[in-house]
Amino acid sequence: MTRKISEHIIEFCIKLSGLLVIIFVFLIFLFLLKDSLSLFGVYPIGQFLFGRNWLPISEPPGFGIIPLLLGSVYVTIGAIVICVPVGIASAMFIADVAPRPLKYILKSLVEILASIPSVVLGFIGIIWLGPFLRNTLHLTTGMCGLTGSLLLAFMALPTIISISEDALVSVPKTYKEAAYGLGATRWQTLWRISLPAACSGIIAAVMLGIGRVIGETMVAMMVTGNAPVVPKSILLPLRTLTATIAGEMGETVGGSEHYFALFAVGLVLFIITFIINFVADSYLRRARK
Amino acid sequence: MNAARVRQKVAFSILAVVTLFVVVPILMTVFYIIRNGVGAVNWEFITQPPRNGMREGGIFPAIVGTIVLVIGTMLFSLPLGVLSAIYLVEYARDNFFTRLIKLSVVNLSGIPSIVYGLFGFTMFVLLLRLGTSIIAGSLTLAIMSLPVIITATKEALETVPASFREISLSLGATKWQTVRHCVLPYAIPGILTGTVLSLSRAAGETAPILFTVAAFYLPRLPRSVFDQVMALPYHLYTISTQVPNIPTELSFATGFVLVALVFVLNLVSIIFRAHFRKKKLW
Repeated sequence: MTRKISEHIIEFCIKLSGLLVIIFVFLIFLFLLKDSLSLFGVYPIGQFLFGRNWLPISEPPGFGIIPLLLGSVYVTIGAIVICVPVGIASAMFIADVAPRPLKYILKSLVEILASIPSVVLGFIGIIWLGPFLRNTLHLTTGMCGLTGSLLLAFMALPTIISISEDALVSVPKTYKEAAYGLGATRWQTLWRISLPAACSGIIAAVMLGIGRVIGETMVAMMVTGNAPVVPKSILLPLRTLTATIAGEMGETVGGSEHYFALFAVGLVLFIITFIINFVADSYLRRARK
Repeated sequence: MNAARVRQKVAFSILAVVTLFVVVPILMTVFYIIRNGVGAVNWEFITQPPRNGMREGGIFPAIVGTIVLVIGTMLFSLPLGVLSAIYLVEYARDNFFTRLIKLSVVNLSGIPSIVYGLFGFTMFVLLLRLGTSIIAGSLTLAIMSLPVIITATKEALETVPASFREISLSLGATKWQTVRHCVLPYAIPGILTGTVLSLSRAAGETAPILFTVAAFYLPRLPRSVFDQVMALPYHLYTISTQVPNIPTELSFATGFVLVALVFVLNLVSIIFRAHFRKKKLW
């Protein structure tokens, strides 16, 4: 009988844990929404979404998200242009070209990169990459969108490489053998057979990489120059959504418009990453079939 | 050599060169941190608190803070993550509730770390009145670590052959007895690997602890779980951006210690994986 009761208790705990995972997501959304609505009560949502001025401590304040959104978009596009081709090409090399020992070494190196904390890369950006870019490209400051894009591209590589490589490796052997049997070279097989067959997984890899770049906070805050203005070029200082929250939260008064505005920025980030991850996940599931 | 072979040679060479563009920066980064950091790390640096506005002395409180946070994170996230994964693999039927959990895990894994910081601040610091404290920071990091632990545990449970469960159930064991004695023991290596990996991420995170636990400068050690602590990633952030005239050796050395700590955790997870793979029983 005691066995029966303990069995019930443990099953209850197991179900509760599953339920808690849902509750956490729901609570995160709810808290962000609640404080965002407090902002929209006093500040029109239209001006928040389409305003071109982020001037939180001016009188009257401006909470237009456009400069921050464009900051994130610029940095993300810059990073994606670099890391998607490089990431997919390295995944192809690791999956189908590299001999076994080299493959193992390369995968370990990518894992090492994945483990380096972002704040360390941000520090390297400040101390080395920023000044280096300023001197070579003759910029007014090295703390700009491009520095952020390069570092974020670097950070997104492990995600893109490991998921793409998984997708390429899990292409059924019979596909490749059929191609070899018809006289195709290894390159023709990789390019014409494996790559299209792994397409879903690679799209998922790219989406998750984009999610990682948009959500990254420390590197964006440390190296992109902290200028909340509509960016004219990726070579100028700008500021992302994430960096705005991290940088300004400490200076706000709890319950002020500014405080609520930062939660509204958080809500925008939540919605963007939710969509990206949802789409990525549906591609991943398609890849597994 | 025919044209197709030549094309293959060219294509493979291009792929190799592009891969070099990934490998060389990784090696350079690691080398750069080690070369500049290792020289400034000495016994005093890792055992003494900072002095003179953090311009001298060591980082002992930050090391302790990070270790405390990692342990706190594990205490919350490991049981919750493992139990949720057990639910998903062993108990759940394919219904709306199960799909909702899976969707939530996907969503949690994508939420930006700074949004966890915001949530932790309103939920744990303000609403539950825990204040900026070790417990609030650990809870925030724990929720962030959940998706990795759940995914790793799920994969580990799924690789245990179905026959193990069938035999146990056919001998009259209950569902939980089966899971506890015939499934879980074989999934432990995978669970540990995933857990340690998620902890190494938690150790390096800055954004979630910004408003929930991290102290700018606190030379003494924490006395209870309701104290603030310094943490290595936040300390590196403050001394490299917030405080002027910090000797760069100190920043490099802090970065080096942080990376070393994270590497040790990763190494532990790799050793677990290798060790248990050798002992695999089926």
